Amino acid sequence: MPEALKDTVKDQPAEAPVAPRTDGKVGKPRSLWSDAWHDLRRNPLFVVSAVLILFLVTMAAFPQLFTSADPRYADLAKHYLQKPNWGHFFSEDWFGYDIQGRSIYARVVYGARASILVAIVVTGLVTVLGTLVGMLAGYFGGWIDTILSRVTDIFFAVPFMLGAMVVLTSFTERSIWVVILSLAFLGWTQIARVARGSVLTIKQADYVMAAKALGASTSRILLRHIMPNAIAPVIVVATIALGGYISAEATLSFLGIGLAEPAVSWGVDISSGQEQLRNAAFVLIIPSVMVSITVLAFIMLGDAVRNALDPKLR
Amino acid sequence: MGRYVARRLLQMIPVFIGSTLLVFSMMYALPGDPVRALAGEQTVDPAQIAAMKKDLGLDLPLWHQYWNYMVGLFQGDFGTQIASGRPVADIISEAFPITVRLTLFAFTFTVLVGISIGVFAGMKADTLRDRGLLILTLLLISVPSFVLGFLGQYFFAFQLGWVNPNVSGEANWNELFLPAVVLGSLSLAYVARLTRTSIAENLRSDYMRTAVAKGLPRRRIIGVHLMRNSMIPVVTFLGTDLGALMGGAVVTEGIFNVKGVGYNIFDALRHREGATVVGIVTLIVVVYLVSSLLVDLLYAVLDPRIRYA
Repeated sequence: MPEALKDTVKDQPAEAPVAPRTDGKVGKPRSLWSDAWHDLRRNPLFVVSAVLILFLVTMAAFPQLFTSADPRYADLAKHYLQKPNWGHFFSEDWFGYDIQGRSIYARVVYGARASILVAIVVTGLVTVLGTLVGMLAGYFGGWIDTILSRVTDIFFAVPFMLGAMVVLTSFTERSIWVVILSLAFLGWTQIARVARGSVLTIKQADYVMAAKALGASTSRILLRHIMPNAIAPVIVVATIALGGYISAEATLSFLGIGLAEPAVSWGVDISSGQEQLRNAAFVLIIPSVMVSITVLAFIMLGDAVRNALDPKLR
Repeated sequence: MGRYVARRLLQMIPVFIGSTLLVFSMMYALPGDPVRALAGEQTVDPAQIAAMKKDLGLDLPLWHQYWNYMVGLFQGDFGTQIASGRPVADIISEAFPITVRLTLFAFTFTVLVGISIGVFAGMKADTLRDRGLLILTLLLISVPSFVLGFLGQYFFAFQLGWVNPNVSGEANWNELFLPAVVLGSLSLAYVARLTRTSIAENLRSDYMRTAVAKGLPRRRIIGVHLMRNSMIPVVTFLGTDLGALMGGAVVTEGIFNVKGVGYNIFDALRHREGATVVGIVTLIVVVYLVSSLLVDLLYAVLDPRIRYA
């Protein structure tokens, strides 16, 4: 960050971990987290996205609850590219059939698992790795910072999609774990940068000095004092990135280098739907809508969390 | 200033070496063998394959191959495709201008429309207009660009017949319009949101009040005082975005059949043509590094308080 920007950041009242708010119950100070939670519950954006995500996660975990149809069962003779029956809610032919006569509704339900699993696990890995690198670089400074920051720069300079393409083509058998590890391998840099910046400011705080003066060990300072206070911006970036990974998984599967048949995933279905774009656009549009809704839900959640955690917007 | 640029250029060297080495080693760790692939299903004498590999320098250890590649690169030699025997520099000089054109088109679209939407929304923050535009940007972010590409193709090419679904070999400006809009839409949404937040925040600042109190004309207050200060985060984003757009062009080019860099990378990945992939990625990395340097220099223009010693 350039010097002038740092000044404007410093001018802001220091991130008040205790927000004395009076709404009925007087006096009880709340931490940043409980204050954020208090704000979140009242935010319609958060409620809508949380309900949507809960719904999608349930779908990913227990697809049998939503349909009894088999997503891989194909009946060419009867169902070849049958149009959707919008009135048949939750039944096998609700969204019609694809080119192989498989129920699109069943495939959309079962496809949720791949997308959501990839997104959540990648975000988890990326957050752990990025926070670790960023925290070490920010806290220790000096040559550790130089090395870690340059390594971050190196990975950051390789365009994400291109890098993922190169990594993924080197595997002939692409299971879901290969996709997850490849995305995580290239995706941690943004979090590392955010975490480093956040630790650099927190490091100067009085309570860190106090802990040092009291002789707390480095690992205790890092884990008990720095991490809880520096993690808020990381969480915001991670939630928004989650939506991005859903779209990345779909894009890679669509390009034919992510998941592939017989795996059931929205990206795979969009990819096979593109050949029918002219005469049966619904084969492509329905899984696309599912991807978009899921990404939207996570981005909205990220927005709501940012508004709640950013004291500047209060 | 001069010293700052020199230092930044020096810092670029390890990043450049690191990221090319990263792509190079990923490419050469691939299980496929480009020489054996030439023969297809036929059985070939292993001695012949070994001889060909020796000719191409593929039997050397990784670091040696990388060294040879780098030495060649600095003499303007990007290597040769194994299957076709064409110099990679030829392929790049054919494909790169098309992708650059597409990216620049998308970039201009992003900057113009994104900033306009952002200013339009930010000037009246928290009104119906602002909320509506915010929802629009959310939708643009959540629809993956390849889906947007297909939808654009479906409606504008197949249903309405306004454009050709595929872009011809020349890739003229008017043909690239739809692909560029699709490619730029994600960045557009981010630019609009960043501009909006920044404008809405700066509208409340002291210098704005002073400018109004001084009785400056409205056009000058908004055009100079407000815009100049609000553009800093937007310019930061745009700097890193140029490289990302070039990477994203790979997908867009696939949908609209543009014969640019993306098409060639795909082709090269399938045939294990390491030199082509590494060459193209190297160029994109250079574009990214140079544009992020330019952005840092732009800071000083936008905010005179920033001095580079």
